[in-house]
Amino acid sequence: MRPFRLLTCLLLGLLASTPAVAAAAFEVVVQDPYLELRTGPGRGFPVAQVVDRGAEVTLLRRRTDWIKVRTAGGIEGWVKRAQLERTLTPSGESVTLPGPSPESRVEHRWEVGLATGDTDGASTIAVSGAYLVTPSLLVRADVAQLFGNASNGWLGSVGIAHLFMPQWRVTPFIGIGAGALYVEPKATLVQPEDRSDTAAYAGLGVRGYLTDRFMLQAEWRQYVVFTSRDDNEEIDSWTVSFAYFF
Amino acid sequence: MDRELRVLLLSGAALVALAVPLQARAQEPSTPAAAPQVVEPQVKRREVNPPALDTENFEAGAFVGTISIEDFGSSFVWGGRLAYHFTEDVFAEATVGTAKAGQTSYEDLSGSAQLLTNDERQFTYYDLSLGWNALPGEVFLGGRRAMPSAVYFTLGAGSTDFGGDSHFTVALGTGLRVLATDWLAVHMGARDLAFDSDLLGKDKLTHNLQFTFSLTAFF
Repeated sequence: MRPFRLLTCLLLGLLASTPAVAAAAFEVVVQDPYLELRTGPGRGFPVAQVVDRGAEVTLLRRRTDWIKVRTAGGIEGWVKRAQLERTLTPSGESVTLPGPSPESRVEHRWEVGLATGDTDGASTIAVSGAYLVTPSLLVRADVAQLFGNASNGWLGSVGIAHLFMPQWRVTPFIGIGAGALYVEPKATLVQPEDRSDTAAYAGLGVRGYLTDRFMLQAEWRQYVVFTSRDDNEEIDSWTVSFAYFF
Repeated sequence: MDRELRVLLLSGAALVALAVPLQARAQEPSTPAAAPQVVEPQVKRREVNPPALDTENFEAGAFVGTISIEDFGSSFVWGGRLAYHFTEDVFAEATVGTAKAGQTSYEDLSGSAQLLTNDERQFTYYDLSLGWNALPGEVFLGGRRAMPSAVYFTLGAGSTDFGGDSHFTVALGTGLRVLATDWLAVHMGARDLAFDSDLLGKDKLTHNLQFTFSLTAFF
């Protein structure tokens, strides 16, 4: 009998705690004539339910620009962020959900990107990140893997870049930086020897905003590799990258 | 007397004439000052961010399947994937996978000749891809369940370690993602890993096709 009682208590406790969780959820009051609830998080999913103006819905979760809500009657559906921002809280305050806007092109803080290209004849893939100190000054870092005919390698660097016209849709920029190059000659060569050297670069490029959160960037850099031999080595690098900013 | 009276009256009239506009002017600033005395509401409409709204744009999971490694037969492949969904249409994905390559026909027929050591047979790759949810839709199970789904295409680049060398790899993929629940997704996918290889003497572009089944969770 006792284990049953314990189990019942536990179950009751669970049941009792569920409304408490629901009560902590965020509720909004519909202001549009209708709030459209779709069956999935995307514009292609059908509108299966509508909620009238003045009714309350509870926000459950968010995926990209879609928020799952539950009506007072227990019906669930996905609502577009833009429409949810036209709702009010029960106390009459407007609701904002963080997301991109045309201003975020100039005002964003972080960027991450994937790049591919060519570094002195070697195929290159790279990941990069940047932080905008001001709308026109970036601090950035990138790591690239190089695949050459005679050797493979890694190239990492940190640097700064200046955007000439951050408010334009397409803007040129210049950058400088320093980093390290690690080269691993292929095993088929005679007497291969791994080597790592420091390097510095200067470059220029152009970037264009595709939408309020994506951009394409093309860049040319000239690296000077400070080798342990007598002469420094100069390498050209070309990359095209696709970046997301937030 | 007459004259004195006239002077008095005139100066009095002059004083009044002067005083009236002066008074008017003195009152002038106080008249508009009366207008802003209407109480202005000091309360600004506050904007509220929903507290702790669960944002689930990351997707992580594992896959198993089979890969056909060109010239080296088909093998079991397994690995992990991590995706970030930027919008309902576009996502980025990082994939890591590994398989153990089999033997070439030559090795099988000759009996003893081995082209690669055991370590060199380990086929390990990673790639970074961009994905596009080209065909969003729903999958219907029976008459009562409809699950959001998407057919997607991915294109990316990465590296494959095989035969004692790293190869620049282009990864082209397609898949079907079905959301079993709000956070759990089932994928079926195909992917082509293409890279240049000179393992068998001359340089050639190899295509390594992979078919996988994966489970991922959104968080």
